[in-house]
Amino acid sequence: MSEQFPSLFDVEEMELSFGPQHPATHGVLRVQLKLDGEKILDAKPIIGYLHRGTEKLFETMAFPQCIPHTDRMDYLAAATNNQGFCVAMERLLGITIPPRAAYIRMILAELQRLASHLVWLATHAIDIGAITPFFYTFRERDAILDLFEEYCGARLTLNTIKIGGVPFDLPDGWVDRCSALVEGFPAHIDEYEELLTNNRIWKKRTIGIGVVSPEDAIEWGLTGPPLRGSGVEWDIRKVFPYDRYDEVDFVVPTGVNGDTYDRYLVRMEEMRQSCRIIRQCLDRLPDGPHMARAPKVLRAREGMIYGSVEAPKGELGYFIVTTEKSTQPYRCHVRPPSFINLQVLPEMVRGHLVADLVAVIGTLDIVLGEIDR
Amino acid sequence: MTDETPKPPAEDTPAPVDETPERPSESTPEATAEEQQPADEKPAKPKLSDEEKAAKIAAAKAKAAAAKAAKEQEDAEPKPPWEEKPVPPEHADAADDPEVAALAAAVADSVLGADNYAGHVTVSIPRDKVLEVCRFLKDERKFAFLVDLTAVDWPEREEGRFDVVYWMHRFEDSKRLRLRALLPDSEPIASVTGVWKTANWMERETYDMFGILFDGHPALERILTWEGFNGHPLRKNFPVEGIDTGAAIYPDVYPPGGGPVRDEEVEPPPEKKKPEKATEATE
Amino acid sequence: MSDPLIQYLAIPLAKIVVILGVLLFIVAYLTLAERKVLAYMQVRIGPNRVGPRGLFQPIADVFKLFAKEDLVPANAEKFVFMLAPLLIFVPSFLVWAVIPFGEAFTIGGLTIEPFMADINIAVLFVLGVSSIGVYGIILGGWSSNNKFSLMGGLRSAAQMVSYEVPLGFAVVSVLLMAGSLSLVSIVEAQRAAGVWFVVPGILGFAIYFVCGVAETNRNPFDLPEAESELVGGFHTEYSGMKFAFFFLAEYMNMLLVSSLAVVLFFGGWLRPFPNVAALSFLDVIPPFVWYLAKVMAFIFVYIWFRGTFPRYRFDQLMAVGWKWLLPLSLANVGLVALGVLLLGS
Repeated sequence: MSEQFPSLFDVEEMELSFGPQHPATHGVLRVQLKLDGEKILDAKPIIGYLHRGTEKLFETMAFPQCIPHTDRMDYLAAATNNQGFCVAMERLLGITIPPRAAYIRMILAELQRLASHLVWLATHAIDIGAITPFFYTFRERDAILDLFEEYCGARLTLNTIKIGGVPFDLPDGWVDRCSALVEGFPAHIDEYEELLTNNRIWKKRTIGIGVVSPEDAIEWGLTGPPLRGSGVEWDIRKVFPYDRYDEVDFVVPTGVNGDTYDRYLVRMEEMRQSCRIIRQCLDRLPDGPHMARAPKVLRAREGMIYGSVEAPKGELGYFIVTTEKSTQPYRCHVRPPSFINLQVLPEMVRGHLVADLVAVIGTLDIVLGEIDR
Repeated sequence: MTDETPKPPAEDTPAPVDETPERPSESTPEATAEEQQPADEKPAKPKLSDEEKAAKIAAAKAKAAAAKAAKEQEDAEPKPPWEEKPVPPEHADAADDPEVAALAAAVADSVLGADNYAGHVTVSIPRDKVLEVCRFLKDERKFAFLVDLTAVDWPEREEGRFDVVYWMHRFEDSKRLRLRALLPDSEPIASVTGVWKTANWMERETYDMFGILFDGHPALERILTWEGFNGHPLRKNFPVEGIDTGAAIYPDVYPPGGGPVRDEEVEPPPEKKKPEKATEATE
Repeated sequence: MSDPLIQYLAIPLAKIVVILGVLLFIVAYLTLAERKVLAYMQVRIGPNRVGPRGLFQPIADVFKLFAKEDLVPANAEKFVFMLAPLLIFVPSFLVWAVIPFGEAFTIGGLTIEPFMADINIAVLFVLGVSSIGVYGIILGGWSSNNKFSLMGGLRSAAQMVSYEVPLGFAVVSVLLMAGSLSLVSIVEAQRAAGVWFVVPGILGFAIYFVCGVAETNRNPFDLPEAESELVGGFHTEYSGMKFAFFFLAEYMNMLLVSSLAVVLFFGGWLRPFPNVAALSFLDVIPPFVWYLAKVMAFIFVYIWFRGTFPRYRFDQLMAVGWKWLLPLSLANVGLVALGVLLLGS
């Protein structure tokens, strides 16, 4: 036993395996750390514990059958997963969706963004030690999930955005309940901000931690709040608008320093902007069909297509390759934002302490279902 | 075909149409005749006099003609695109796209073909020019952001089994470009981690799923499957189920490198038993 | 009163039983109080199944912990592993021998002073004995043969040692005002001064309480047992009664810090402004109840901290202790000394 603990002045690296079973790794993530005392010399994320072969399964199923599988990748933001696949498929098949369907999709996607960011806030705060925001955010998230349940029957894996539109029209009274939720939401965001944003300890734990410069962010392929927190104003909803995002008014928040605090502020502001988008969509909800006229059996032409959406975690893209007259994708590759964002973890964490590793994993907002597929 | 005619198109329900969507246009006389036929099977109606029959036929014809005129008028009005039958985009040649032209000019023999499908340009390049092309596109044409790197398996193709696909983005004008490098089986391709750092894990995943080796990658190891995994899952000859993929954590059951089935022996599970083989064996 | 058997045997024995019993009872229900209060701060209810409104929850917890399997990790140092919980538990009980709870009262001719002993170096005793608890933490973390526990133990030891220094100096400022190390005399000095020591020594009180929270490894200084980083820190590998000892010792220390804060700064069992005649109607509340109420208020502040603050990172924690609290506490001592010199009381 004594040879494990070297003499007083010997600096020996300690190898510590953080995870895969750990309360703070947001799923089955393993980070192999090389420590000098508390300081991290190197961190290597090891993934694959949740690999389910989704991309292989896509090749065996018809296009509409793939949609429930997309739910399970980023299970905290199922609607945007579905939406990404449907945007890519609609581009492939040349389908234009009716305006009502587009607005309903936008509402669902933004509600999903709110739900996903609430989970992010809860887990990030609890990792840094503030245990109370968790309960407040989940109270709001439950209200959102109730809305989803009323709409499509499912709370988490919605499977509710189909190729050509949405499968159901909004139930009676849904619009009013959604409006009520969105009216009261900014007050709740203020509640969370009151606990955290100006708290000295929170600031000490997040300012200057995990800094990514804008050049590095682009070099490492970051998207979503990690990219915007570093100051690059880029949002797929503004740059390649899909589903009539060009008809609604919203601001894309960006940070300044690229540290954890800025990413926190960016996501809080994104929540407010989502409320704004939902309110505009509810006000302007057009009438009409909720599903485009598409053949029952979808057959694609030969080609390669890429379609992406702004998921809460970043740019979620689907690269679909089809052969002539096929009903199944020949290859469907998912570009998961968390997978690419996680690559930069060693750079962000080198030189920091173990306690900061937890803060950085939280700020990257990873979901292992998406990373491992 | 007349047996299948739908009702005269007075209602505009978008019926789900299959591949052959030709609408019956000149079917009205036959339609009325058809309608009369099932009527004959019902209990016999009182025979109509000739004038009444003619009047009925004339009325039916007029009604059908009016419906057809209404439909034609409706067809003349532009329908919103979601009520039209969707038309998939066409392939177009993209040799005159500025990026493609610049690439062809700068790097010799790099552009084997360029295709524009649904607004996205795909350039086919030879595999030995990948590094040059990527460097050129990143440094000169400012495609600073690699969005995705993956591969597609075309097992029957002679020019190269794999398509290694690079999808890149330029921030200045939000332009995206796709490269496609044809790669024969068991040949390596240059790694672009020196050009975009984000290619690191993307190439590891492509190696893991397809077995494509990237020359110059700092640490090419499996990323999604485990150590000792047998095979490369996204290859077309790797079945969805039925294969023993091995597990290095159980060395007494699965030897190092995986279970008893090797990559060369990979076959899809047999679907039908061939009776001749059985008789041969018994003989 | 004069019978030596009663004076030196029966009464002390009775006091031991009563004090230990009451302490254990309070500590047990403190666990329930924390869970309920924290729950209400977090928009939920807390335990409410076992007994009316969850009041029997601590009893259920005690039974559970007794019945749990006692696991000792394979390569752990067995003797030290079993010694560590004792090393942290016993000192935290021992310290209560000198804490005063109220004024002397008479029952049936017997004068009973509601404390075990009034030694004239009580403050030193308290500080010294409670420091032994650090050994329990270090040895517990080390003997578990677990890297996480080791890190937690080392962190905790460093934290406790660092924060004892400003805590000591804050207490020194009280000693300057009171002129004695005996806790009963300190309370009497506050009665004589007519005002609780928190009024002139507010800076000392603030430093004392912050250091006290750090000493007890509570939020925002609970890094040694940070669940999200070290999965439980130094007590990860402990289960059953040994874990219960760690747990109870933590709550005992919380009670101790609160009690000391009350005795040193808030007048012990005195009512507010003890010499002002106009408030004498408050005397209907017995002194022990005043004491208890003040201690409970501090416990509430402890729980409030836990529900509100994120936790400090370790180097920030040490920086706060050494760079901020220590100079402040030294300055505080200087100020109080100056004040005592000038005002002469």
